[in-house]
Amino acid sequence: MTAVPEVITPPSPHRVDLLRRPKASRGFWSWFTTVDHKKIGVLYGATALVFFLIAGSEALLIRLQLAGPNGTVLTASQYNTLFTMHGTTMIFLVGMPLPVALGNYFIPLMIGARDVAFPRLNMFGYWVFLFGGLFIYSGFVLGGAPNGGWFGYTPLTSTPMSQGFLPGHGPDFWTVGLVMLGVGSVTSAINFIVTILNMRAPGMTLMRMPVFVWMMLVTAFLTAFAIPCVTAALIMVFFDRNYGTNFFQAASGGDPLLYQHLFWLFGHPEVYILILPGMGIVSEILPTFARKPLFGYAVIVFSGIAIGFLGWGVWAHHMFATGLGPVAVSAFSLATMLIAIPTGVKIFNWLGTVWGGSLRLKTPMLFALGFIAMFTIGGLSGVTHSIVPADTQQTDTYYVVAHFHYVLFGGLIFAIFGGFYYWWPKIFGRMLNERMGKLNFWMLLIGFNLTFFPMHILGLEGQPRRTYTYASGMGWDNLNLLVSIGSFVIAFGVLVFIVNIIFSTLRGEKATADPWDARTLEWSTPTPVPEYNFAEIPQVQARDDFWHRKYTEDAEGRLVRLPSGGSDSGTMGAVATLEVDEGSGGHGDTPGENGDGHGDGHGIHMPSPSYYPFVMTLGLPILGYAAVFKNPWLAIPGVLILVFGMYAWAIEPGTAEDES
Amino acid sequence: MTQATLPVPQEGHHDDHGHDTATGTTNTKLAMWVFLSSECLFFGAFIATYLLYRGRSVKGPTPRDVYNIPFTSVTSFILLMSSLTMVLALAAIQRGDHRRFRVWIIATGLFGLTFIAGQIYEFTEFYREGLSLSTNVFGSSFFVLTGIHGAHVTVGIIWLLSLWGLSMQGKLGVQHSERVEIAGLYWHFVDVVWIVIFTVVYLIPPQK
Ligand code: HEM
Repeated sequence: MTAVPEVITPPSPHRVDLLRRPKASRGFWSWFTTVDHKKIGVLYGATALVFFLIAGSEALLIRLQLAGPNGTVLTASQYNTLFTMHGTTMIFLVGMPLPVALGNYFIPLMIGARDVAFPRLNMFGYWVFLFGGLFIYSGFVLGGAPNGGWFGYTPLTSTPMSQGFLPGHGPDFWTVGLVMLGVGSVTSAINFIVTILNMRAPGMTLMRMPVFVWMMLVTAFLTAFAIPCVTAALIMVFFDRNYGTNFFQAASGGDPLLYQHLFWLFGHPEVYILILPGMGIVSEILPTFARKPLFGYAVIVFSGIAIGFLGWGVWAHHMFATGLGPVAVSAFSLATMLIAIPTGVKIFNWLGTVWGGSLRLKTPMLFALGFIAMFTIGGLSGVTHSIVPADTQQTDTYYVVAHFHYVLFGGLIFAIFGGFYYWWPKIFGRMLNERMGKLNFWMLLIGFNLTFFPMHILGLEGQPRRTYTYASGMGWDNLNLLVSIGSFVIAFGVLVFIVNIIFSTLRGEKATADPWDARTLEWSTPTPVPEYNFAEIPQVQARDDFWHRKYTEDAEGRLVRLPSGGSDSGTMGAVATLEVDEGSGGHGDTPGENGDGHGDGHGIHMPSPSYYPFVMTLGLPILGYAAVFKNPWLAIPGVLILVFGMYAWAIEPGTAEDES
Repeated sequence: MTQATLPVPQEGHHDDHGHDTATGTTNTKLAMWVFLSSECLFFGAFIATYLLYRGRSVKGPTPRDVYNIPFTSVTSFILLMSSLTMVLALAAIQRGDHRRFRVWIIATGLFGLTFIAGQIYEFTEFYREGLSLSTNVFGSSFFVLTGIHGAHVTVGIIWLLSLWGLSMQGKLGVQHSERVEIAGLYWHFVDVVWIVIFTVVYLIPPQK
């Protein structure tokens, strides 16, 4: 992992520009050099959606193969590649970057900031994600795509190629690619942490932050601490495979189980990295569409933090079948049951939020409610894994596949779709169509349950996962067919979403600045959001600040709309009715030199676009190929590009000096 | 109340000056701390692996056969001293004493280089005595752990020399002392990690 010296940025008079500073903030090329967190968010989202379609297609091929007994659509080795790439893509190229996309766009808007703490590092993170993904996929044409499963257990993956376990370069692309992606994830996590802790607007205390921001903060910490564990493990696998080390070679005293410990020490926090942002999104959607504040804000925040801590103490529940011994097994079993408590608390808080609210069942709300229901099912089947004797039966069967799809698809992906429908108008200035949205939701919900519910039964009947076919007469035929049909219903649902996007872009209804009558600061900005986000940095007076600028309560506790607090007028007269606790965010009360106070954004210095994040990242896949093909000559240009990019970046000031 | 409608601070929040951050710590420094805590787990994984494999090699050479404690003690001491010169370099630039800053920063880099030279010598010695990456689990876990630490030291040396170069060109003023402080954080971290490695890898006696 490299420490990118973002340190050396302030302008110096004798600065040399190695490449002429890019200026354009519009047009095709601006997407290569932008440092605007909103554009980077869109890039993350678009790229991750493409990977979602790819991984989804891989799943459909899997389901075609398994639709009937003795399937012949795929060979065994193609099947191995497909489930490995499906899992790897869904986790690292879809599940992790989609929340980062929304976080990139909305964290600064939600905390009242103009950008993230390190705009260029942000762009670097995106390029690493894109190139890392392409790198792993390039294995398909360059000597073997990954095929050892998404957790790549040793000794299968670590045995040297010459011994014929996994011939081809699959595991090499997998280890090197994941290390690369890890670098990107850690940099973006550090960026989020610093942004959230350091760049909140005056008055935006920690306990006034929207829950989505809180959950992204916990997620970022988990990412920063979990990724290095797996990076170490992947490096060991790579060395075992290519340089004859003995880390996981039992014959030389190595211990293959060590890999599982290191992997799941990352892997379990990882599942919270995937689900906590979803919980955050849902915690934004529910209050908006129930027109009530979030029930038990503090409890939701603290249970999120508790999940973040407990998530480190349960990794070995992925390894119950490996014979850890009764003490370890009991301890991890208990810890696993324990973690259900904060999760359950959250579910009840969401129900409390919805309870008695005046619900508006718009598409985002449907997805949020779907999330609660599906995630609860996934959580319950998860608790059944914590009971060791049961888990020993379930391990490596379709029961497990059913479980983690309920939390990943029914949890994360439902929340992300909800987030898309919710925030789309703010991002693109047009509404997504409600009719199609509802169709989208019901197709996904029905298809999802058709696909994954029967897998519970198939698993309990013993159908093993990661197995390319099954004999007829096992009693699995009908359910497998049903599952495969379900997966195409899901595909249809996703297709509806894509049509909806296209339709919305071409002739969708124009969105107002605050179409949902929402509660948090991002909706106080005009649509489309100006490059500088806020003409004036907001002064935050309360949790759900924007709501309180719009509404107050009369003597009977009914909501009354404040006359001046229109959603698109920047006036803040409304705050007069609120108690102002001054000093809680008492940093920087002086008018800034750059602000002109007229709200038209002139004179606000935004960070300037830069080539170097792109240039620097170009070096990484080259180094990656050098590692995979053990070609030191290739490493030379890789290092040169990397070093050039790094130095040029370091001496380039964050904001270009004014020409005027 | 009127305060809410006043123009509020619009300083370039992405700059290096921390007086306008919500925590009071500058962005870069906070980022460095998070990065270093992330690195703790990275090294932790390799150190744990080394410890797990202590005494589990099925054939030699064992640590006892190859370690040259007096030699490594000397290079470790030199690396430790580089933390002292790093502190002196930072103090010098904060005072605006650029001449001393350059002396101390170069001294820090040279101490680091000495340590790396020592490590290269040690690796070749071990190799000559029959210990390679693939000999046994000791060789694997030892070389990868200390090698990755050495790579970190090397990055640090390049960083320090770059600061020295900037200073020679007159581009590193007192107002930039935080850059030195950040590099210093990294450098001290790498030193502390070495203290841990030296203790658990070299000094705690091997089981057999
Ligand atoms: C289009 C909907 C999806 C379908 C039809 C589907 C289907 C499947 C199937 C049948 C398997 C098991 C393959 C086997 O064990 O032989 C599988 C594995 C997996 N899926 Fe999905 N899936 C879908 C969406 C997702 C999503 C949204 C995620 C995560 C965000 C995901 C993550 C995984 C993972 C991690 C594995 C494990 C791969 C491995 O065993 O190494 N899937 N999927």
